[in-house]
Amino acid sequence: MSALLSVRDLRVGFATEGGLLQAVDGVSFDLVPGEVLAIVGESGSGKSVAAQTILGLTRSPNARIEGSVRLGETELIEADDAAMRRVRGARVAMIFQDPMTSFNPVYRIGAQIGEAIRAHRPDASRGETRERAIELLGSVGIPDPESRVDSYPHEFSGGMRQRAMIAMALALEPEVLIADEPTTALDVTVQAQILALIERLNRERGLATILITHDLGVVAETADRVLVMYGGRIVEEGTLDEIFYDPQHPYTWGLLDSLPRLDQPRQERLRQIGGSPPSPIDLPPGCAFRPRCPYAFDRCGELPGLEARLADSPAHRDRCWLSPGEKREARK
Amino acid sequence: MTADGPIRQGGLDISARRREGGGVLLEVTDLEKHFPIKRGLLVDREVDRVRAVDGVSFEVRQGETLGLVGESGSGKSTLCRAVLQLTKPTSGSVRFEGREIAGLSRREMRPLRREMQMIFQDPYASLNPRKRVGQIVGEPLKLLGETSGGELRRNVLELLGRVGLGSECYDRFPHEFSGGQRQRIGIARALALRPKLIFADEPVSALDVSIQAQIVNLLDDLQDELGLTYVFVAHDIGIVRHVADRIAVMHDGKIVETGSADQVCERPADPYTKSLLAAVPLPDPRRARERRQTVGSG
Repeated sequence: MSALLSVRDLRVGFATEGGLLQAVDGVSFDLVPGEVLAIVGESGSGKSVAAQTILGLTRSPNARIEGSVRLGETELIEADDAAMRRVRGARVAMIFQDPMTSFNPVYRIGAQIGEAIRAHRPDASRGETRERAIELLGSVGIPDPESRVDSYPHEFSGGMRQRAMIAMALALEPEVLIADEPTTALDVTVQAQILALIERLNRERGLATILITHDLGVVAETADRVLVMYGGRIVEEGTLDEIFYDPQHPYTWGLLDSLPRLDQPRQERLRQIGGSPPSPIDLPPGCAFRPRCPYAFDRCGELPGLEARLADSPAHRDRCWLSPGEKREARK
Repeated sequence: MTADGPIRQGGLDISARRREGGGVLLEVTDLEKHFPIKRGLLVDREVDRVRAVDGVSFEVRQGETLGLVGESGSGKSTLCRAVLQLTKPTSGSVRFEGREIAGLSRREMRPLRREMQMIFQDPYASLNPRKRVGQIVGEPLKLLGETSGGELRRNVLELLGRVGLGSECYDRFPHEFSGGQRQRIGIARALALRPKLIFADEPVSALDVSIQAQIVNLLDDLQDELGLTYVFVAHDIGIVRHVADRIAVMHDGKIVETGSADQVCERPADPYTKSLLAAVPLPDPRRARERRQTVGSG
């Protein structure tokens, strides 16, 4: 299937007092209609900056953005502000971690959804947008949408606010939904409901979704494909099963192994990754994970390419100099 | 040792050890903390009350870790504050080493503060940004007139070493550290007065995944070395099952279930505990798919 969204060699740097901060360093991926692509990483991995750059949200005088982001026929990196405004919300919508800060506290939920619609369809009447807001709130599982449309954001619980934000994101029937840590602020029981909602929308509407998260449990429940980011680069990419059952990069091993697992016997100790994630302003040369990697050797001073290293899985790629045999040995 | 306790082989536990716990260190009985909702023009009238902690009883034994798990609004943080007398309980009893502490004045509580310390969730908010690490960690010692001068510095450096921070950290400010290192500083400060009981309120939930394991392992080592007793409060039942010997599940201000960590996680009795466990996303795609199918058809 041809790509809906195609990101090529995306580089995002910020000029700071301490020097150039290379937040995203050569990220490429395709998003096809109907898939959920998870981008996994820790703080400073560049996952949120990469996603925000797709929508032009990182543009600023001290930002250096290079590479290409194509949405169908449109190149978004070079698009002017007017063209970006036509894309935002209408073709690519975004939801954030904290729905309280994404709504204006002094306007009713329905009015804010209506405003999003009228920004793109100025001829829509208030009656029409209100009807549409009610329909949208109902479709994301908000009970009694006819009266909830007139509520203020603070009258909603966290889970209901996240549903309302998803309703607003869907208002213009976008092709792509970018969800940045959409359930991190929510309780697990509410999180399960929101993930089920995203999965249903993805199935029913064919909505292509980029899910940004640090939670591998959330990834396992929702994603089709996974990118693992570290120090501004993709260090491994593959299908959900490839990443969870045959991970190739030592950082991915570390992430999977450090989780306390409810579905397995309790370990005496958690397996930890030593050290801290690197600061994007001071990345080590070569593989950024090298200082924390128990398998690092001389060659790791040189940056490995993101390549398929297993003969039978051409789409499973990683950045690690270890041979597949050495990796199997290390994983025993 | 109980029948289903650790299996010993060559002197080493091959199954994960659980701590048995000694005598009762802390005993909480029928603790309530209600917040009145008041309305009225001239005279405030109580129209209703929020029962944040609503008749909670539990005990913590010497040397064990009690996990307190619950979702936001369940009352777990208010419970900690009420036990530590940081907020005055509405009613009920809190006995520490057999002595009633509920309702003690601030002055009466002061000598007991050194016995019970707290570790907070947000290592960014709980350290004074204008003080150096040495001052932050040494402050409790100084306040209680424990030590002075060179001895203080030596004690602080020893504490920093215990939590895995080098002596070069002494003169640096909190902002120079990562989240995980700041949590280590918070732990060093909590340990300064050699407490018996530590309340850790969501100590790893603000940290990166790879750092969470470091802090959990550090707390585990410190417990072994110093014979500490923990009350570990968290919303993540996966972490709680790993650190705790016993688990109490809190919901709507009440403890709905208490038991050994394995019992609560593997054979939960309470419907709320069951729903909490069922909602945890498993990092195992095949099981997640199976579970979705059963839910879909069921």
